[in-house]
Amino acid sequence: MKGLATVFRKEVRENIRDRRALFNSLLLGPLLFPLLFVGMMWFLQSAEKERQEQTLELPVVGAEYAPSLVRFLEQQGADIQPAPDDPERLVRDQEVQVVLRILPEYPEQWRQGLPAPVEVISDPSRQESNAAIRKLKGLLSGYGRQMAALRLQLRGVSPQLAAPVMIRDVDLSTPKSRAILAVIFLPYVLMITAFTGATHLAMDTTAGEKERKSLEPLLINPVPRWQIMSGKMLTTMVFAMASLALTLVSFRIVLPWMPVGAFGMDLTLGLATLLRILLVISPVAILAAALLTLLASFAKSYREAQSYMGLVILIPMIPSLIFMANPIKAEAWMMAVPLFSQNILIGEIIRGESVPLDWYAMSFASTLVIGLALAVVAANLYNRPKLIFGS
Amino acid sequence: MIVVRDLRKSFGDVRAVNGVSFEARDGEITGLLGPNGAGKTTTLRMLYSLLPPDAGEIRIDGLDPARDAMEIKRTLGVVPDSRGLYSRLTARENIRYYGELQGMRRAALEQRIEELTGTLDMGDFIDRRTEGFSQGQRVKVAIARAVVHRPQTVLLDEPSNGLDVMSTRALRDYVRGLRRAGHCVVLSTHIMQEVAALCDRIVIIAKGEVAAYGTAAELLERAGCASLEDAFVTLIGSEEGLLA
Repeated sequence: MKGLATVFRKEVRENIRDRRALFNSLLLGPLLFPLLFVGMMWFLQSAEKERQEQTLELPVVGAEYAPSLVRFLEQQGADIQPAPDDPERLVRDQEVQVVLRILPEYPEQWRQGLPAPVEVISDPSRQESNAAIRKLKGLLSGYGRQMAALRLQLRGVSPQLAAPVMIRDVDLSTPKSRAILAVIFLPYVLMITAFTGATHLAMDTTAGEKERKSLEPLLINPVPRWQIMSGKMLTTMVFAMASLALTLVSFRIVLPWMPVGAFGMDLTLGLATLLRILLVISPVAILAAALLTLLASFAKSYREAQSYMGLVILIPMIPSLIFMANPIKAEAWMMAVPLFSQNILIGEIIRGESVPLDWYAMSFASTLVIGLALAVVAANLYNRPKLIFGS
Repeated sequence: MIVVRDLRKSFGDVRAVNGVSFEARDGEITGLLGPNGAGKTTTLRMLYSLLPPDAGEIRIDGLDPARDAMEIKRTLGVVPDSRGLYSRLTARENIRYYGELQGMRRAALEQRIEELTGTLDMGDFIDRRTEGFSQGQRVKVAIARAVVHRPQTVLLDEPSNGLDVMSTRALRDYVRGLRRAGHCVVLSTHIMQEVAALCDRIVIIAKGEVAAYGTAAELLERAGCASLEDAFVTLIGSEEGLLA
């Protein structure tokens, strides 16, 4: 094992001196992701706010048929605009978000006390017009309720009769369980970080060493090849772990800069929580180091290795993408699946739920076993001369 | 002392080494001469146990690279064709890394590095990072790294490739020093001058086979030529791939 330790010490020293390694493993992930997160939250929130506060710009066709409705809309803050010639084309060309058309039979129907027809012309498949549509429909139904109540009162009937059911919201979600975004985003970022933190070193210590022609002389030393490879993988793993730890710390630091109410909760990452998350994800670092080393060992050059990595980086995204599309309830068997189990566990930790201890154990053990199995394969790869000389 | 008998190695259909036999004795420099692609590097790789032979026998001080790989690697010092140094480590750290991998003790290792710095005249650059080193400096570090554990047998693959005149002289002096100290030295080259200047015993390899084997005098006699260069060309049958 002395050889393993020697290789480990040398790789750490060499890569600490490598600006590219430091940047890729220790700076890029830890800086980029939390900043991206904060930026995204600010953007989402300000865009939403802007849409809500925006005055409703509303071209009205046939305003003359319902002057009192138009007056009501104006009083509610809508900016009533003159009727366009072809409202459908205007909406289709995205020049306006929504147009109200009052049909000619409106006055006649109204007088007879029958439902008076209006049309809301819009394209709900366009995300940004949803707020305007919702606003207009809200105003219209508000007007309708007001008129209904008046009519009932005129006939000596209590308007309450027309509201047989009263809905009251009782919100049982704890503030923490509302942190949907954080629950999805943080595991996602950590999974990717475990891989990005390992990528550069996995490639540099294998394909890079081959490219620089230092692999052949290295293997002439009287150290078993599995020890040399294990020393390299250990370095890769340590860098991936460092990358994860730094990312968590940097999240902790940027959290106070989050827009208020971004999660609808108080997300504080205390030291104990950070350590728990780090422990949960640490076998992923081993898995990533082994898998990436295994793949990079087949490449003849750093560049060739890079072309494989583009695909591998998709792997840690899969569980998060599945959860985003289809949130499923956590069950015990999922703890046996690497990446999935960490995704669930970190989500639960952030939400502040208590998780059975054997879930932690199962997630840790299953990922570790698969990681070590891959490591064993990778450790023995350079027993094949073909891979040493790359020809 | 190296004994090689009827060594064979094929890559697919290509017979890289096709029945090579020779002996390399202690206190002598043995040269493998042949054009590029003759099978010299493949032969050396089998000697330092990075390639398993298809057939044939190798004994280095009685050890078989196929069976005693770890033991052999302790008695061998190799300067392979690819001399990749770690550019982010200093020359000293590069040499120390190999010493540690050879299992040397700290104090002995540091002392040995000092000694090699003197012998190979590396004082000017021993503590500089190897990035941007000249070819001559690289070869010196590669040699120091290969012999840091005082191996009995030293294998050099094309050691003077890319070296200027001064570096070549320094290299040859060092190799002669190894011979004086009783080491078994094997070097491969495609430069005729090099074998003529250095080697006690010459193995001429062409197309994976030994075309001729013997001392310089024996080769001259066999070819019936006055100069070694003519003898080489006559024995190989062509000038192609050789450098004067």
